[in-house]
Amino acid sequence: MAVGAGVAAEEASYELPPELLIDAALARRIIAEFVRGHLRQTGFERVIVNLSGGLDSALVAFLVAEAIGPEALLCLLLPYRTSSPDSRADAESVVALLGCHSRLIDITPIVDGYLEASLDGEEIDRGRRGNFAARARMAVAYDQSVPWRGLVAGTGNKTEALLGYTTIYGDNAAAFNPIGDLYKSQVRQLAAAIGVPRRILDKAPSADLWPGQTDEGELDLTYAEMDRLLYWLVDRRRTRRQLEGMGFAAATIERVERLMATSEFKRQTPPVAKLTTRTPGVDYLYPRRRPAPGR
Amino acid sequence: MTSLRIGLGQLAPALGRVDDNLADHRAMIGEARAAGVELLVFPELGLTGYLLQDLNAEVALSADDARLRELAQRARGMSVVVGFVERSPDEQLLIAAALLEDGAVRHVYRKSYLPNYGLFDEQRFFGAGNQLRAVDSSLGVRLGICICEDFWHLPVPYLLALDGAQILVNISSSPGRDIAAAVEGGLGSAESWRTIMRAYAQLTTSFVVFVNRVGVEESLTFWGGSQVIDPAGDVVFEAPLLEPGLFVTQIDLDDLRRERTALPLLRDERPEFVLRQLERLVREQAGVPQDAE
Repeated sequence: MAVGAGVAAEEASYELPPELLIDAALARRIIAEFVRGHLRQTGFERVIVNLSGGLDSALVAFLVAEAIGPEALLCLLLPYRTSSPDSRADAESVVALLGCHSRLIDITPIVDGYLEASLDGEEIDRGRRGNFAARARMAVAYDQSVPWRGLVAGTGNKTEALLGYTTIYGDNAAAFNPIGDLYKSQVRQLAAAIGVPRRILDKAPSADLWPGQTDEGELDLTYAEMDRLLYWLVDRRRTRRQLEGMGFAAATIERVERLMATSEFKRQTPPVAKLTTRTPGVDYLYPRRRPAPGR
Repeated sequence: MTSLRIGLGQLAPALGRVDDNLADHRAMIGEARAAGVELLVFPELGLTGYLLQDLNAEVALSADDARLRELAQRARGMSVVVGFVERSPDEQLLIAAALLEDGAVRHVYRKSYLPNYGLFDEQRFFGAGNQLRAVDSSLGVRLGICICEDFWHLPVPYLLALDGAQILVNISSSPGRDIAAAVEGGLGSAESWRTIMRAYAQLTTSFVVFVNRVGVEESLTFWGGSQVIDPAGDVVFEAPLLEPGLFVTQIDLDDLRRERTALPLLRDERPEFVLRQLERLVREQAGVPQDAE
């Protein structure tokens, strides 16, 4: 393991809870199998990743490059006018390290074309603007996946998925997700092991939807605390009382449980009104890709 | 020394593609023959893949399907265990294992315990088998064939051993999960399997042959790690995690005689005692009042 079994990663600016430590080498092998297996099953050979300059997408780019080679990976850099210039520089450092393909597309004309030009001076709060930018990035990625002939890799982690800290059909839209079952702390551990630049590892996680935004600021908890709580609550099925006994504050537990409960819809496909005998997603159930006539 | 060469067919079946999987099985039968394998074991649902859902009916074979017979013909001279979806004469869909010997389907076993928890949904798509019996193989050993989750239920190794099985054969599609640094080998699901299989080998003083598939379906990565364990509970051979391939190892059947002489656990089993307790438990748990006897 690149990061030792200690609680504090060596010289790191973040904490890795010991109960969340994984066998990083094995995780990399399983994820590589998953990426290759998913491409094989779907008949694709290439992957596209929206590279934000943050840790999650950097790790996904490293994992995909490890699985299928950098020549089969296209990283998109999709800044908006308020995006931090550091984010772009960090994303570019990932591209340079991996030697993968990349394309820079400024999404400002897309986002402002709607929010500024089409809405006629309507007041747009920063959350709404951020969500629209996330969906613009999704639209660009899916469009670029056509000429690239690749699948869009998701970059959301388990912590943000469970808390609903995602834009539905924005950053959570993808063909497959290699890191969606890893808490942020585990993302950090794996990223350190695979060689994601220290600068990216050390900076405060941010959705970068507006200047100065940080995840931990918005969620008012550190990722280490959040991950530990989610791990014991979700993976190890501890009761609220047991969690309190472990030192988690009642108010924090309640807030996290509320976030989880109110974001279930973000983790599911939309319900279809059941009318006929066989309904897609209800009682017409098939693997995502299956043998087709003539193939 | 009475040796037996065992081939562990750690395949990565293609989901829903029976023809492709048959081709892979045929190729590996050829490879095994060249390696002098006498008993070749393929994983659960090797001919079909695992997460079939509504594909189950499309990939099902009857036990007398010409494709199984053809595989048996090709395997002539070897004993081969192969996993498939069986469509029974009464149109049930079952997860099955066939023992192919002497150019024919000698024995079919239907998975008895279907997991329906966590990531598993087998009872929705398959019926459960109702027969568990060991089978004399033309290799001169008695095999106790079972499938994946069957091994998570104590009666299965127990009954197979009482029925005279000398080699417990478990074919699996076990998905990797519970990854943690604190676990030996890094994968909780693999470590749990290793633990129970060693215990079964020791408690039944039998060989255990475990063949688990590899490959990816949807979210699941199957971990492989097929194993052969001797009657003392020692691991004779362990195939690598995640890697497809034919892995060949050899066992000494004399180990059975030696271990069972030194440790006559099977001799001391008391099935009639077990049966009495079972009858009592079933009666009590069925809610039959005692004074109704």
